[in-house]
Amino acid sequence: MQPLFLQGPSVTLRTLALVIASIGLMTLDHRWGQMEVVRNTLSYALYPLQVTIDLPIRLYHWTDETISSHQTLLDEKRRLEDLNLENRVRLQKLDILEKENVRLRELLSATAKTGEVVLIAEIINVDVDPYRQLTIINKGTNDKVYISQPLIDAQGVMGQIIHTNSNSATAMLITDASHALPVQVDRTGLRAVAFGTGKIDQLDLRHIPHNADIRKGDTLITSGLGGRFPANYPVAIITHIERSPDEAFVTVRAEPLALLDRSREVLLVWHNQPLTIPASDE
Amino acid sequence: MNKSNTRIGILTIIAAFMLAMMPLPEWAQAFRPDWVTLVLIYWTMALPGSIGVTIAWCAGLMLDITHGALLGQHALGLVLVIYIIHSQHQRLRVASLLQQAIVIFFLILVKQALVLWVSGIMGHAPDTWLYFMPSLSSALFWPWVYIILRDLRRKFSYKTSY
Repeated sequence: MQPLFLQGPSVTLRTLALVIASIGLMTLDHRWGQMEVVRNTLSYALYPLQVTIDLPIRLYHWTDETISSHQTLLDEKRRLEDLNLENRVRLQKLDILEKENVRLRELLSATAKTGEVVLIAEIINVDVDPYRQLTIINKGTNDKVYISQPLIDAQGVMGQIIHTNSNSATAMLITDASHALPVQVDRTGLRAVAFGTGKIDQLDLRHIPHNADIRKGDTLITSGLGGRFPANYPVAIITHIERSPDEAFVTVRAEPLALLDRSREVLLVWHNQPLTIPASDE
Repeated sequence: MNKSNTRIGILTIIAAFMLAMMPLPEWAQAFRPDWVTLVLIYWTMALPGSIGVTIAWCAGLMLDITHGALLGQHALGLVLVIYIIHSQHQRLRVASLLQQAIVIFFLILVKQALVLWVSGIMGHAPDTWLYFMPSLSSALFWPWVYIILRDLRRKFSYKTSY
């Protein structure tokens, strides 16, 4: 007679083994972070899926560009030319300041200021987890992207890379609940740490004493402490301050300047590069 | 027949992954059904011999990658859900769609609670009840998933077995 439960115990055993394997993997991944290899191998399999999902959106942007009218393009060109001119004028001043700074540092024989190199990456439009602030970009180790590399956009700091693949990378945004960013107040130089809250438009500054000089509307910039992020990039604007006497610290909330959920193009930054001042071509 | 069915099973699981990563408007993201779990539950009920805990575990690891979670976080929950479905598949098969949907609601709730527990240990647990919405939406979508996958399976196995 055929036994009724052919594979009963084997499934239970397998489940038990898989449960133990899951717990083991989680521990390894969390405590020692040695699962990057496994993660990479698995994400190779996911990459084609992510690209396929992104395809319609890419197609939409492409069609939008292709069939936009001559007049729109001309307007856009004129606007960009104006912007370019404005930026050029500003850069002229900056170049002179930068050179002067290098000269002065040499006089003081201080350590040379380091420069930064940037690369434009595009965001692959896939949903990750509604309760995590993660995003996937289309550059990876092939372009020398590394883990903990800072990511910025035209407005401010966006986040840092947490996983890399050969041609894509996952970035954690500064608003993720497990992200903290060393900042300072632009106006006073007061240093603080900006914690992510899990909400796309809010950062919390913790442990600010009651007598600290901090106001609504102050701009926060990166302080460069910790060494992960280059110093002096804009991060956020303070939107809310509450000084209640029964709390040990002031409640400070800030709104990120970077367009965290709207940017399509982002910049990867390599800092601590030898400073080279571009020779002006005019 | 089983082999071609397994193949369509794997294909639908891949489709479920694409649905899971499809960009949705912000308000709808919290309501996204747990597509991968739903499809795996169907195939475990339909083909318990070929799709079961091992495939569920692999799918769970992939889910961890797509969610940027700890490796094993979703895999653990998914393996337990599929194990329960596997051990009860004969009873579940004869249950009505409504009863199945209720069972699935509770199973996905347990899975989410497990994932939440690990997130909590890691220190980034979401602080809203909306987090448990996917178990409700998954249960609501179950009848459609069931009917679509059943039709697919029948169509496919007729084609190849005759």
